[in-house]
Amino acid sequence: MILETISNILLIVGAFFALTGAYGLFKFPDFFTRVHAASVTDSIATILLFLGLILRTDFDLVAVKLVFVLVFVLLTSPTASHALAKSARHGGVATLAESNNKDNTDG
Amino acid sequence: MSVIVDYYNYWVVVFLMMAGFYTVIAANNLVKKIVGLNIFQTSVFILYISMGKVSGGSAPIVAEGITTYSNPLPHVLILTAIVVGVATTAVGLALVVRIKRAYGTVEENEFKDKDDLI
Amino acid sequence: MAELINLLLLGMLAVTALGVVFLKDLFAVVMLFGIYSFLSALIFVNLDAVDVAFTEAAVGAGISTVLMLGTLSLTGRQEKMSGHKTLLPLLVVVTTGAALIYGTLDMPPFGNPENPVHQHVALRYIQDSPQEIGLPNMVTSVLASYRGFDTLGETAVVFAAAIGVLSLLGLPKQDRAAIESGLESHLVLKVVAKIIIPLIILFALYVQFHGDYGPGGGFQAGVIAAAAIILYALVFGLPLATQVVQPGLLKALAALGVLLYAGTGVASFFLGGNFLDYNVLAADPVAGQHLGIILIELGVGITVFAAMLSIFYAFASKAERKNIQ
Repeated sequence: MILETISNILLIVGAFFALTGAYGLFKFPDFFTRVHAASVTDSIATILLFLGLILRTDFDLVAVKLVFVLVFVLLTSPTASHALAKSARHGGVATLAESNNKDNTDG
Repeated sequence: MSVIVDYYNYWVVVFLMMAGFYTVIAANNLVKKIVGLNIFQTSVFILYISMGKVSGGSAPIVAEGITTYSNPLPHVLILTAIVVGVATTAVGLALVVRIKRAYGTVEENEFKDKDDLI
Repeated sequence: MAELINLLLLGMLAVTALGVVFLKDLFAVVMLFGIYSFLSALIFVNLDAVDVAFTEAAVGAGISTVLMLGTLSLTGRQEKMSGHKTLLPLLVVVTTGAALIYGTLDMPPFGNPENPVHQHVALRYIQDSPQEIGLPNMVTSVLASYRGFDTLGETAVVFAAAIGVLSLLGLPKQDRAAIESGLESHLVLKVVAKIIIPLIILFALYVQFHGDYGPGGGFQAGVIAAAAIILYALVFGLPLATQVVQPGLLKALAALGVLLYAGTGVASFFLGGNFLDYNVLAADPVAGQHLGIILIELGVGITVFAAMLSIFYAFASKAERKNIQ
């Protein structure tokens, strides 16, 4: 019963973070801040959601599989965010500060 | 109301099918035509899987305490169709690459013009 | 509740499809198509088709997105404005759609257990296959045993498609000079790739041999294993990947898989049964079924792996050659 309550709280908070990540993806002004918003979803939301799900199992094989998936996601999704940001930097996407400076000097 | 609950799956399938169909006949770019064809294909997959669903059923893997299973036959048909679908898509994309090499373009109206010159 | 999720996912799918239709940037179209595949995989899970969802996620979202991106790198990412008239296609589509919607009203209602589709062979598959085949996963039983002929045909189609792509595009030549290509500056990517590629291959093997008991099987395993090598090629460069898994080897493997499948069938009729009748492969019919299914799933896995990877090699070598020029 207590476990179920904790699990519910974790799931709701996780869903909240996922939602804020999605919201940020639309609201933030430039590419790099958007990647930041998306990676919040990847890291904190997945951790919370998976912990919430693990508490709902009988701590058997299913829980072990969930831990494996969690580890895999935690390895790959920050790497994907990193690769995305780095490629954008190489490709010449300017950060917010840089494009602001440019606007000021132009104006 | 019950009409909607009974048929909405099929209606969305028809919508997707038509979206794919429209892309195939209206798009000018061959890659986009292939994407449209894939959308069409996926809508057919969803149609089959929808037909296999039994309300209150569970996935067709034997487990204790479960008596109702969904129909495994559409799953088998679609599982193999997906892999075959990607293989045939690859052939289509390879043809597009060859067309690009031969005509220098993948826009339908442009290489039609070149055909007329020949 | 499940119906609500289903409705929501179907709505998202429809919106994604509209995006594909109206966007002109083909890169965005291909990415949306990847999302579309993932969404349809979720719908398959919701409709109890876990095996299908697994395949769609690995194939639709993984391999076909990579292949389409490879094609785009060769053909350009912008669709030009066409001089086409859109009115006539729209009219055709709306008319056809209206006719089809009218047709659906005659279909049996969604999810009703009394529907004709559930009354025919499905009953036997659900009730008898756990005893006859001895496997919990009915999809594997039907795929590999009851409908073994069909699956043999599908494997042959995958094999033929790989031959078609190779004859259109050709395999990459092994080139030791260009071995140092790849993403040099992406150190993090390289380190993580080195950690997870063995894990992906291990997972592919698990999917291959656990397919009798849970979702999985040869088709999914082959695609996942191919995806591992594709990741390797993307991070470390195609020349190095062709050194690790050589194109010539892939040609042999693709043929070997189909041969293993058909050979199991031939073996069964030399042992006195029908073609692909696994009961005769061992003294006990159920053990024979197990053996036969493992063999043919292995054949499917090998062929799908080799076919998918050689198709990727063909596209990637064309793209790489273009970049060098």
